[in-house]
Amino acid sequence: MKKYTYTEKKDTRSGFGAGLLEAGRRNENVVALCADLVGSLKMDAFIKEFPERFVQVGIAEANMMGIAAGMTIGGKIPFTGTFANFATGRVYDQIRQSIAYSDKNVKICASHAGLTLGEDGATHQILEDIGLMKMLPGMTVINTCDFNQTKAATIAIAEYEGPVYLRFGRPVIPVFTDPDQKFEIGKAWMVNEGTDVTIVATGHLVWEAIKAGEKLAEIGINAEIINIHTIKPLDEEAILASVAKTGCVVSAEEHNRLGGLGDSIAQVLIKHNPVPMEYVAVNDSFGESGTPEQLMKKYGLDDDHIIMAVKKVMERKNRKK
Amino acid sequence: MELDELEHIAKQVRRDIVRMVHQCQSGHPGGSLGCTDLLVALYFKVMKHNPDFNMHGEGEDLFFLSNGHISPVWYSVLARSGYFPVDELKTFRKLDSRLQGHPTTHEHLPGVRIASGSLGQGLSVAIGAALTKKLNKDNGLVFTLHGDGELQEGQIWEAAMFAPHNKVDNLISTIDVNGQQIDGPTDVVLSLGNLEAKWEAFGWDVLKMNGNDLADVIKTLELAKSRAFQGKPIMILMQTNMGHGVDFMMGTHKWHGTAPNDDQLYAALNQLATTNHQDY
Repeated sequence: MKKYTYTEKKDTRSGFGAGLLEAGRRNENVVALCADLVGSLKMDAFIKEFPERFVQVGIAEANMMGIAAGMTIGGKIPFTGTFANFATGRVYDQIRQSIAYSDKNVKICASHAGLTLGEDGATHQILEDIGLMKMLPGMTVINTCDFNQTKAATIAIAEYEGPVYLRFGRPVIPVFTDPDQKFEIGKAWMVNEGTDVTIVATGHLVWEAIKAGEKLAEIGINAEIINIHTIKPLDEEAILASVAKTGCVVSAEEHNRLGGLGDSIAQVLIKHNPVPMEYVAVNDSFGESGTPEQLMKKYGLDDDHIIMAVKKVMERKNRKK
Repeated sequence: MELDELEHIAKQVRRDIVRMVHQCQSGHPGGSLGCTDLLVALYFKVMKHNPDFNMHGEGEDLFFLSNGHISPVWYSVLARSGYFPVDELKTFRKLDSRLQGHPTTHEHLPGVRIASGSLGQGLSVAIGAALTKKLNKDNGLVFTLHGDGELQEGQIWEAAMFAPHNKVDNLISTIDVNGQQIDGPTDVVLSLGNLEAKWEAFGWDVLKMNGNDLADVIKTLELAKSRAFQGKPIMILMQTNMGHGVDFMMGTHKWHGTAPNDDQLYAALNQLATTNHQDY
């Protein structure tokens, strides 16, 4: 089993800020837009270096999506920045008509996704955004797991032609992926190989899955851990290859169990290899105020809940035998 | 192009509109007929544009139709100015057509740069395109058209606030003030109030014109062009008759989204007859 350690903790949104700056240096067509959340989105460095390529739209997210769509006409690559709630649910129709249906090369970048936004509470803790975005034809949906992966993903989507939803978060979390990684859209990352169960995790749940894997090893369960950062298009091959080996799956995500990564995996299993599966996700509810750690525990999204799901799914698998 | 030639084209376009809507028994003839003179003036006289279509439109003037339901007039004008074969107009709203009910880029119809239909989004998109032109040091202009009922959408006012603040002065917008919307007169459904005062208060350079007088339309558009690049976005309040050119379609919201039957088509075409029209 590969051992993951970390020397520092950082927020994924800072990875976005670093990636945006680098993408801006590599391509002069990269422009950024923000709806009055520059500090929260960590866009300051980009704005400082490229002031003329930044558009402050004020608290007007619908207008921001439209302007971003229009800016692609003439060849710009707009990155919009706001909280995940205001980047999706609030502007769904603008994204649907002006960006997705119009096939515009806009990168919708969304911070403060999920419960780990914390104390602001449920008005801001969107748990439905992955579902909303993945249902749009042609939309690429990415949810990154640490600073380095978020930075690499931000650079990668600038080089990809087409609409993208990039989701990241607020809290500081361990930095455990390779700083020099090449981010491949649509390609799963094998975090740890194993034989007993497949844990497929995305976003903040990847670190929880790694912690769960270590605890499981202590009780003799050899878990395979896969990171799906690109929820759409989904790396079906990687999931199916793992499941052929392990015979059961746990999905783990900071999202409603309806419409998220788990449902995408379930569709693949139903069609190709219907093995037992359990979800680690929010059970169709809104969030509430609290610290990120408290919320992850209360809503069943931490390493202990992954372990419980693993035990349950393996029991189902063994009963089938 | 001389005024009488433009008048002739406008009549031809109005013939296309009623025939297209009749053929598929759906679509929006009222607003299309009302805005015919504007679109003819833009595409045949005022705008610098290239029918050999390129999405990015570098060096060209761009047009965005925000009230996408008046697609018949836009499709006819695009076809008649060489973007695609006129004969394709007969596929309007039919299966496998590039001429969708509302304009879209999805089927790659030349001339269309963004989908529209869900109202209120076109002004934001046009502002984005205008910002890119400035970044690219492209001195082309961006034109838009909106319905007056469309102003009830909140996003319009987000955009209305943004453009003057950011000195988007390569933008010439037009509102089709016909006073009608699906459920009735705008004054009954939701009053728009003093539009001139509203847009001026938001910081726009506001002009007015009679949208069914081609000479006035051309004169005002040229005036608007002369006032571009002076620090303010330009808004033209365009008074029109919904259904202009067909007497029984005029001045009522009833023809907003209704297709003529055979007898009504015949009556309309009689009113729109010219000496040498060339229907598709």
